[in-house]
Amino acid sequence: MTSTNINNQVAKPLIEINGLYKVFGPKEKSILPLLETGKNKQDVLAETGHTVGLRDINLDVQQGEIFVIMGLSGSGKSTLIRHFNRLIDPTAGQIKVEGEDIMKLSKNELIEFRRHKMSMVFQNFGLMPHRTVLENVAYGLQIQKVPKKERSEKAVTWLETVGLAGYEEQYPGQLSGGQQQRVGLARALCTDAEILLMDEAFSALDPLIRSEMQGQLLELQEKLHKTIIFITHDLDEALRIGDRIAILNDGVVSQIGTPVDILLNPADDYVEAFVKDVNRARAVPVKTIMKQSVPIIKSANLAEAIAKLPKQGYAFYQNESGFHGLLTRKKLEAAIKLRPEGNIVPEDVTEIPNLMPDMLLQEALSDSLTSDYSLPVLDEEGRYVGDLSSESLAETLEYTPE
Amino acid sequence: MADSSWFTSFPQLDRKDLTVFKKTLDGAYREFSRNYGELIEGFFDPLLTFLIWFEKLLLASPWWLTMAIIVAIVYSATRSWKLCTGVLASLIAIGIFGMWDDTMRTLSIITVCTLLSIVIGVPTGILMSRSNRMQSIITPILDVMQTMPAFVYLIPVVMLLGIGKIPGVIAVIIYAVPPVIRLTNLGIRLVDKEIMEAATSFGATDTQKLFGVQLPLAMPTIMAGINQTIMMALAMVVVASMIGVKGLGQPVLKSITNQYFTLGLLNGLAIVALAIIFDRVSQAYAKRSQKHLGNRHD
Repeated sequence: MTSTNINNQVAKPLIEINGLYKVFGPKEKSILPLLETGKNKQDVLAETGHTVGLRDINLDVQQGEIFVIMGLSGSGKSTLIRHFNRLIDPTAGQIKVEGEDIMKLSKNELIEFRRHKMSMVFQNFGLMPHRTVLENVAYGLQIQKVPKKERSEKAVTWLETVGLAGYEEQYPGQLSGGQQQRVGLARALCTDAEILLMDEAFSALDPLIRSEMQGQLLELQEKLHKTIIFITHDLDEALRIGDRIAILNDGVVSQIGTPVDILLNPADDYVEAFVKDVNRARAVPVKTIMKQSVPIIKSANLAEAIAKLPKQGYAFYQNESGFHGLLTRKKLEAAIKLRPEGNIVPEDVTEIPNLMPDMLLQEALSDSLTSDYSLPVLDEEGRYVGDLSSESLAETLEYTPE
Repeated sequence: MADSSWFTSFPQLDRKDLTVFKKTLDGAYREFSRNYGELIEGFFDPLLTFLIWFEKLLLASPWWLTMAIIVAIVYSATRSWKLCTGVLASLIAIGIFGMWDDTMRTLSIITVCTLLSIVIGVPTGILMSRSNRMQSIITPILDVMQTMPAFVYLIPVVMLLGIGKIPGVIAVIIYAVPPVIRLTNLGIRLVDKEIMEAATSFGATDTQKLFGVQLPLAMPTIMAGINQTIMMALAMVVVASMIGVKGLGQPVLKSITNQYFTLGLLNGLAIVALAIIFDRVSQAYAKRSQKHLGNRHD
């Protein structure tokens, strides 16, 4: 199974977490040697009364990606995200942001770090009920002592961006859940922090609103290119918005990979059980399973085209002016009989439905099944990037992890 | 037989030892109050000056002006004409039955006690909410303050400062300050953890969190504490009158010793009227300032 890692950049990761442990209890440090001997969570709890929250977490987050941390309740995901801005301090381990170890920050440096580097969106919104929507959005700037006029202007702009223009003077209590979370999002964006922490940000919303908010987040991300750490317990949500996903099980990372990696190559039984019921047609984009198996013919000359055509097959015709369609042996041989020295004319080209790389397999399904040929996948400029055969489509949808 | 007497009666200190124990403590305290009494009295002088000035102000102002000011304050705090009418009616009744001056004296001391209780109580409550250790130290002290009979702590206060307004104020505050401390602590501790995390995650300093988030959100609870404090201060008026605090308490005390039923009832009712005015006004004000918490959208 092919899987293309879209984040194969060699660039230094924006956030690095190395060997992170978190134990809850009165003497957390004393538990570390026990953990190194490989004792499991239940034994540690029974013997010492300490709860192991996170265990040897190692992960890198690249600049500009949406990194999803997925796990069920009790898996430690909310504990983990609170380490990024040190709402919780680790028992052991290193957290580096832009190469700087944030465990070494002084109290004031930490405050500055939180003001400018990261902002956070909360599951139950965390809005201040005694402040208007506008004051809530401007909160981050207010504590930075940005003048009132400036911060209000900025807050108004962000409220517009999230689609809440006109709600400035309302109180959070007067808004619906979805609207409140938009306020939460606007508040987080208003400080222009580069990193956005989202702790189950959409989990408290009903499914329709949740999906709408996911769409809005993706839309915003296309414009803003923030680095987003997103926590969720919902695999569909993780697959939809994540560039990469880390699956957390009982305080341990089971697997880190792109959505397709996770879906098609689950690392262990736990992940497998998770992805078993996912409708792959709705999660896997065309680009992950497309190949470049159909030849491309660039020459306009009929004779040259026929020479390049595979024995029993077809090719796509694409020249400087763009992608034109399908060339079949039958049509070309008929054409060359009429015009031995001639060029390919539009009548010689068969029209074929084309796909986009980011289309989900589901959207490609009907076109692919009704066509006798592999379908071309074109990029935004309309140029060939690959093709999708109905065989590889069927193979992917059929696939069940053993 | 003498050997087994501990079995039937408690082996207490014998009388001589007990007397020595009490005498030593009393002597030490008397010595202390002789040496430092004046110093401590001096410390309270500014407060006494203010108390006297405020009482004189209330007594010297013409009754209609005082009434108008009180009604104006009530209206600006509650925006309710109904409440204003009630307040006006009870003030007029108080005046008609000849209790105006005593009521003004009580009003002045209660106002000062309440303000002082807030000034002492709210910071103490904040301190208490900061750490569990602080809470476990202060809670038993508050328990003692609320359950120790007032007369018991009146004795050392009177020994130190004599009778008069200042010991009265101290007695009232000791009795009345615990609710505002307790409820300030409780209110701050009950502030939504996620909202606090939000403030922290945006880089708020401790001061910004306290004044921008904790106190405003704890305000309904703190207001309930202040309300309780006022009620308890009014309840102490009669006890305070025993150490020379003038006001509605003294006629009540007089009527107890002389069995004047009507005099006691009228002054008692005046205290009740003051209590109801304070209670309704402070509650209506609290409710109005928390308007945004109402009409919630679900």
